Amino acid sequence: MSRVRDFWNSNRRNPNAIAYAIFIIGAIFYPSIVQFLNGGNGDYLVGFAADGGIYILMAIGLNVVVGFAGLLDLGYAAFFAIGSYTYATVASYHLGVTPIGHALHLPFWIALLIGMFVAAAAGALLGAPTLRLRGDYLAIVTLGFGEIVPIVFRNGEVWTGGVPGISGLDVPSLPGWFVGPWIGQDFGWVPDFRFNTGNLTAYYVLMCFLIAITVVLVHNLYNSRLGRAWMAVREDETAAAASGVNTVTVKLLAFSIGAATSGFAGAFYGAKLSYVSSENFGFVVSVTVLAMVVLGGMGNIPGAMLGAAVLYFILFRLLPDAPAQLQSLASALGLDFLNKADPNGWPGIGEVVSRLKYVIFGLILVGIMLLRPQGLLPSQVRKQELKHAEHEALTAPRQLQG
Amino acid sequence: MATAVQRLRGTFLPLSFNSGLNVIGILVVLVALFASTQRVIEGGGTYFFQTLGFGLAQGAIFALVALGYTMVYGIIELINFAHGDVFTLGAFFSLAIITSPLGALIGLTPSSSGAGVILPLLGLFVVTMLFCALVNIAIERVAYRPLRHAPRLAPLITAIGMSALLEGIMNVWKGPYNLAYPDFLPENQIPLGGGATIAAKSVFVIVIAVVLMVVLTLFINRSKLGKAMRATAQDRDAAQLMGIDINRTISATFFIGAALAGAGGIIYGLYYNSVQAFDGFQYGLYAFTAAVFGGIGNIPGAAIGGFVIGIVFAMSDGYFTTKWTIPLIFAILIFVLVFRPTGLLGMRVPEK
Amino acid sequence: MAPILRVEGVSKRFGGLVAVDNVSFEVNEGEVFALIGPNGAGKTTLFNCVTGFYTPTLGTVTFQGRDITGFPPHRTAKAGIARTFQNIRLFDYMTAVDNVRLGHHVRMRSRLWDSLFKTPFERREEREITEHSMELLDLVGLKRHADSYARNLAYGQQRRLEIARALATDPKLLLLDEPAAGFTPQEKVELMQLVQVILARGITVFLIEHDMRVVMQASKRIVVLDHGEKIAEGTPAEVRANQRVIEAYLGKSA
Repeated sequence: MSRVRDFWNSNRRNPNAIAYAIFIIGAIFYPSIVQFLNGGNGDYLVGFAADGGIYILMAIGLNVVVGFAGLLDLGYAAFFAIGSYTYATVASYHLGVTPIGHALHLPFWIALLIGMFVAAAAGALLGAPTLRLRGDYLAIVTLGFGEIVPIVFRNGEVWTGGVPGISGLDVPSLPGWFVGPWIGQDFGWVPDFRFNTGNLTAYYVLMCFLIAITVVLVHNLYNSRLGRAWMAVREDETAAAASGVNTVTVKLLAFSIGAATSGFAGAFYGAKLSYVSSENFGFVVSVTVLAMVVLGGMGNIPGAMLGAAVLYFILFRLLPDAPAQLQSLASALGLDFLNKADPNGWPGIGEVVSRLKYVIFGLILVGIMLLRPQGLLPSQVRKQELKHAEHEALTAPRQLQG
Repeated sequence: MATAVQRLRGTFLPLSFNSGLNVIGILVVLVALFASTQRVIEGGGTYFFQTLGFGLAQGAIFALVALGYTMVYGIIELINFAHGDVFTLGAFFSLAIITSPLGALIGLTPSSSGAGVILPLLGLFVVTMLFCALVNIAIERVAYRPLRHAPRLAPLITAIGMSALLEGIMNVWKGPYNLAYPDFLPENQIPLGGGATIAAKSVFVIVIAVVLMVVLTLFINRSKLGKAMRATAQDRDAAQLMGIDINRTISATFFIGAALAGAGGIIYGLYYNSVQAFDGFQYGLYAFTAAVFGGIGNIPGAAIGGFVIGIVFAMSDGYFTTKWTIPLIFAILIFVLVFRPTGLLGMRVPEK
Repeated sequence: MAPILRVEGVSKRFGGLVAVDNVSFEVNEGEVFALIGPNGAGKTTLFNCVTGFYTPTLGTVTFQGRDITGFPPHRTAKAGIARTFQNIRLFDYMTAVDNVRLGHHVRMRSRLWDSLFKTPFERREEREITEHSMELLDLVGLKRHADSYARNLAYGQQRRLEIARALATDPKLLLLDEPAAGFTPQEKVELMQLVQVILARGITVFLIEHDMRVVMQASKRIVVLDHGEKIAEGTPAEVRANQRVIEAYLGKSA
């Protein structure tokens, strides 16, 4: 009992512990709550949350690159694409229509891991030569890479399905799954369970487990030799190298682990949709995830998750609903003229709001960096670092004396 | 003896590795040249000069935009991602003037043409360049200056943010559509002899860009502010000790870079007769590739890089396939950064 | 005594500037060896050549009989050379104990796998290096400040923390770049005591120092650089009597 109290006392002031507790409780009760609020028809909201989980996974991974190691990766969506297409290649009928002529249907989990490893390898190949150079070159190389990859998939003709992409991917499966009254059945065990769009709660649960596993693994890394080295490299590469840290390897690991997470998320996403196309992996995805990490708090895992959840909700729930709601609000207030589109000027309030996406990205990235650089849920280190950033201005830049 | 051998190995191995890559690089270039030559010969002279003219004109615009990237990078070592969108803003702003009553007042409407547009067009250039310059100065003030001493990552993120914000504002303003840009320039072809011609449009674009670049070079080399800019780029602390106002110099750099980008925006509109809110991002990346190609921080390098990238673009489009042009340009970007990060003319040694 | 570090004909040029010009000397195991010279003599450049931050333009650096010329810094650290910096370079936003724990990086054997899954091996290693870090903090008198952020420590404490971090790499040779700069006389006495403790742990000390009293008292042998060239080498007494040294260095500062 006293151990429980100790644990409570030592963690109740720790914002991260509180955040994790809220996440866990929220995740457990979310499906029941939305079902209750929608009179049992809340399935689409459960599916909505499960899709948001993809962004949470990506944000956790990008946080390793940007938050832990201090590297700017602007081609993050490319690894997502590579993960998706790899999954599509090894787990669908697709290879059967290529010149290979022999379809491959690897088991779901193995295909998922292959997607992840291929993305990680692509990250390593891209990062190895680039990370020897200065940090901001990585930003531009990843940006270029992020532009190339979707085009290659689009132009890949028979190998990548060209413009229409690849469909008919094997859906996720598990050796077994629990069913029960929550989906209107008796308690039971379904062997060889295949996920489908009729069972969104199963997707949701699987997503929660994947996120939980990722959080634990990334958390372990952060509190390890490698996590310390990332922090050191981010603060002072010269001092880190003098202390025996191979800065290139350490940065490369951060970059590849980020790519692996993105690839994993991409493979899962492809499996879930049972379809991949080059249209879903543009720069906008990379910026979205970056804005999520910055919003939540760079360098803090629950921060990145919170940022992802908040921005996902804004972009995919508030923003699509906003035009209709604003239009009816304007009508109700007698401001009908706001709704009328003028062919040469005002496009109508609904249309304006639907175009706000990029403005939101911009405001988040600029506003957060200027006003609250530690994000919504700061990591302890970041808080310290940025609180004192202004003092740095007074001291001369430190450099290796010749 | 053993150490001597080791020492030799230590120096020679990376050398041979590098030269191996160089050999591969040269082979690739040779094969590409051979293939191009064959196609050029098949295509005939007229087509070649048309393509070349197109490439030079396109390259002139790249060069104008690349200069802003390279100047800003030279002075504060920041990749100003918003620069490409300042360029689009130039096209948007000038288009807004032309289509507004103000345009009619100065004698420019979407249907104007002929020699009468020259003077109003000049005015349009000045106003647009000034507008873009002021916007860029404001961007530097708001988004970069407060972060000058923050971790390096911070201003890079605000730069991406500013790019998104500008695109967002233009998107809200005009929507994600291709907007028609008036066609003021003559459509005729100027004969070069032997049946070869070059479009008058291309000549106009090239001439304006070259004039602007000459003015810029004179300014950087001759004026006091230009000298201050060069000094600040070399060693900011020393320049400060010499009494150079760093903030003013940096503002001036953003001012000039954006003025050139704004001019590039109008030229782009006049040349392609179409502009879209998100154009600047990719176009900016091509221009950045040009800057990298010429050696980032190197002003003549950026100009030359612009023309080279423009020509590569046109040749790839004209003689190979448009499908692979964009990947080709970005592949050049990545390869130059990885294997020759100082660029073809670059002298700045990248720190680790 | 065998030389632990041998510098042979090392030159370093930056463009036209010759920062270090054909310098040779040997540091013997178990001694305190000092490098002195006026400002801009090339002392730190030489340190950077030894620790791999610069590759010498010419010449070789041999450590424990092994050619380490051109090794990158992390490999010289692994080989057993640790250093501090003239202008302290700590990880400001890491705690004192984390700074020292980071110093263990190069001796740790946990792999990515161990870190990902927090294997028993990784846990034990983390426990061990934490204990060792506390010992080292105790050694430099910072045990009470283990959980302070490095940036919040006083100047003298930061210098000592940097030494503790360097010691954490388990070096055979410790390079100190002006360790007494900005110290009070009392702190200088403590520093010299610390150097003796380090020496007693079997670590050779090679230092750059401006304070002549520290150099003359602490070191066994001295090399003097001026304008990148070696102008003298010997015991403190010999160097003090050397005419060129007096002209180049002592004469001016006296």
